[in-house]
Amino acid sequence: MAGSTLEIKDLHVEIEGQEILKGVNLTIKGGEFHAVMGPNGTGKSTLASAIMGHPKYEVTSGSILLDGEDVLEMEVDERAKAGLFLAMQYPSEISGVTTSDFLRSSINSRREEGDEIPLMKFIKEMDQAMDYLEMDKNMAQRYLNEGFSGGEKKRNEILQLMLLKPAIGILDEIDSGLDIDALKVVSKGINKLRNESFGCLIITHYQRLLDYITPDYVHVMMQGRVVKSGGPELAQRLEAEGYDWIKKELGIEEETVGNNA
Amino acid sequence: MAVQTKIPYEKEYVEAFSTKKNEPEWMKQFRLQALELTETLEMPKPDKTNITKWNFSTFNHEANGEFIDSLEDLPEDIKVFVEKEKESNIVILKNQSTAYQRLSQDLIDKGVILTDMFSALEKYPDLVQRYYMKDAVSFDEHRLTALHAALMNGGVFVYVPKNVVIEEPLQAIFWQEDPSLGLFNHVIVVAEENSSLTYVENYISHNKDDQTVANVVAEVIAYNNASISYGSVDNFSQGTTVYMNRRGVAYRDAKIDWALGQMNDGNTVSENITHLVGDHSSSYAKAVSVGRGDQTQNFTAKIVNYGKQSNGLILQHGVMKDSASAIFNGIGKIEHGGTKANAEQESRVLMLSKHARGDANPILLIDEDDVTAGHAASVGRVDPIQLYYLMSRGISKQEAERLIIHGFLAPVVNEIPIKAVREQLTDVIERKVY
Repeated sequence: MAGSTLEIKDLHVEIEGQEILKGVNLTIKGGEFHAVMGPNGTGKSTLASAIMGHPKYEVTSGSILLDGEDVLEMEVDERAKAGLFLAMQYPSEISGVTTSDFLRSSINSRREEGDEIPLMKFIKEMDQAMDYLEMDKNMAQRYLNEGFSGGEKKRNEILQLMLLKPAIGILDEIDSGLDIDALKVVSKGINKLRNESFGCLIITHYQRLLDYITPDYVHVMMQGRVVKSGGPELAQRLEAEGYDWIKKELGIEEETVGNNA
Repeated sequence: MAVQTKIPYEKEYVEAFSTKKNEPEWMKQFRLQALELTETLEMPKPDKTNITKWNFSTFNHEANGEFIDSLEDLPEDIKVFVEKEKESNIVILKNQSTAYQRLSQDLIDKGVILTDMFSALEKYPDLVQRYYMKDAVSFDEHRLTALHAALMNGGVFVYVPKNVVIEEPLQAIFWQEDPSLGLFNHVIVVAEENSSLTYVENYISHNKDDQTVANVVAEVIAYNNASISYGSVDNFSQGTTVYMNRRGVAYRDAKIDWALGQMNDGNTVSENITHLVGDHSSSYAKAVSVGRGDQTQNFTAKIVNYGKQSNGLILQHGVMKDSASAIFNGIGKIEHGGTKANAEQESRVLMLSKHARGDANPILLIDEDDVTAGHAASVGRVDPIQLYYLMSRGISKQEAERLIIHGFLAPVVNEIPIKAVREQLTDVIERKVY
């Protein structure tokens, strides 16, 4: 089973009239782990949000295809049902909706009406995943992300990833705000999903996440484009030498997008 | 439609009604005294809502209700409010006549009273007189309270003696089956020292086109160190114009918590005021509402802190759709002498349509220096970022909105202690929002 293919072609994206992505090209196939790295303000998170359909981001040209289907034509929920998942950097807090009810609704949204997941099966799967992520079981009965610490929110994103089993997972700075122990647990959860059909796009500006999740491909973003791609050794070189050598190599002076970034 | 504000019932009628109900003499005189004032007193003037054209005078005062032998004989839409698995402690009034009542022998033995108001007036006239429109609501506040006092045609009386702690909720169902019957309902809940109780009530009517009135007064008294948890689901139909006045008085170390689901479909004025008289007394007043159609509503949640270190918390959440409009008044008042008192409030309104109107009107009135107080108010639409988050997991837009709205109203829904009633409230919300 080869899994799905996500193709991003010459993607241009604006937020409030300012162009952030200026022609991104990237292809992620099932079974592959891609890391997108780069300093802050170079458009990495914009890429993730545009793929998922964040309401504030406007795609002005280019295309995103999932197994040949036009993702940009899909509503956000349709993108999810087609197999995309975004672990968000800043997940919303939703008062009054328990994490467990939300998870069950999410799982059932992918199933036909009348074929909802049996409650006991759901609880068992959720408990197992929570154990694996070393999460407090009480969290399932707390309101979604409300009053969660930064680390709890990140674990909750990975919990969703594990339960929803998407074709392509996008992780937007899943490592930010995590201490080393939490980082290890979160990485363990992501690695568990690794198989020949699951494709993953990991967005980070720290090399340290890639110590625990080895990418097959590493891409560097600057000025709203992918400026350099390579294998895992590229991440190691970035760790050792920073980004300046790439800037020098490419003649880039200011790596961020726009004037005030 | 021309609306007359003069009431259609005369002294002779009220006297005869009182006699027919076997009321004690004080009650008859009290009614007549109140009736006189209905001529001269002004209508209440709820802040920012004009009620002068509302129907408060077209209604019938009497209708037939009959006893039922078993809860099984209730129609399905009433039966759903009653727990199936266990025997409830419950009073059901149909058209203001007692249809059914039950109180466990254990609670009877402990001196607990849960009965309809007319039975209470016959069996415990002095006890009722002690509380009836005395410490909480006065009959002469305005024309509607006077009208209420003159025409009271049903209600319940709840009394829990000293040191009696009741775990199981006490329940009342007020069922306006006759579409033109005016509901002049009076509720008294008294918790003596160190006692504790939970009371849950439902108001139900189905009159769409017939015009009538509900004029309800609830008086809730918690003595020293007593605790009252008061839950309600108001679900009057479109044809009923509603005046709801629920008021609490909490003495030293006492607690009165409210969870009000205000789901009427007709024009409504609803006020919920708690007086924190005693030191260390507290109240958490939570209310949610859904407005739809073209109804106009005015909600007031008010807590007055007199006692030292008294703690008053208000939460109001409203969802407005269609061209409904509502004012949410939140009033925290700390009187002089209420040192270290706390008054907090939160009013939030969620707008689901362009034509709906909702105003949050937070007010803090503080006559004491050494206190803490705060308020938060917001009026807005469903947050697109929250929708995006839920939809990014595959949940449809409609289902995502549904989750957010139910979550927004959860603070009260989750507080309703009777499962059957909680489910009915959830159903009503579901019906009103979609």
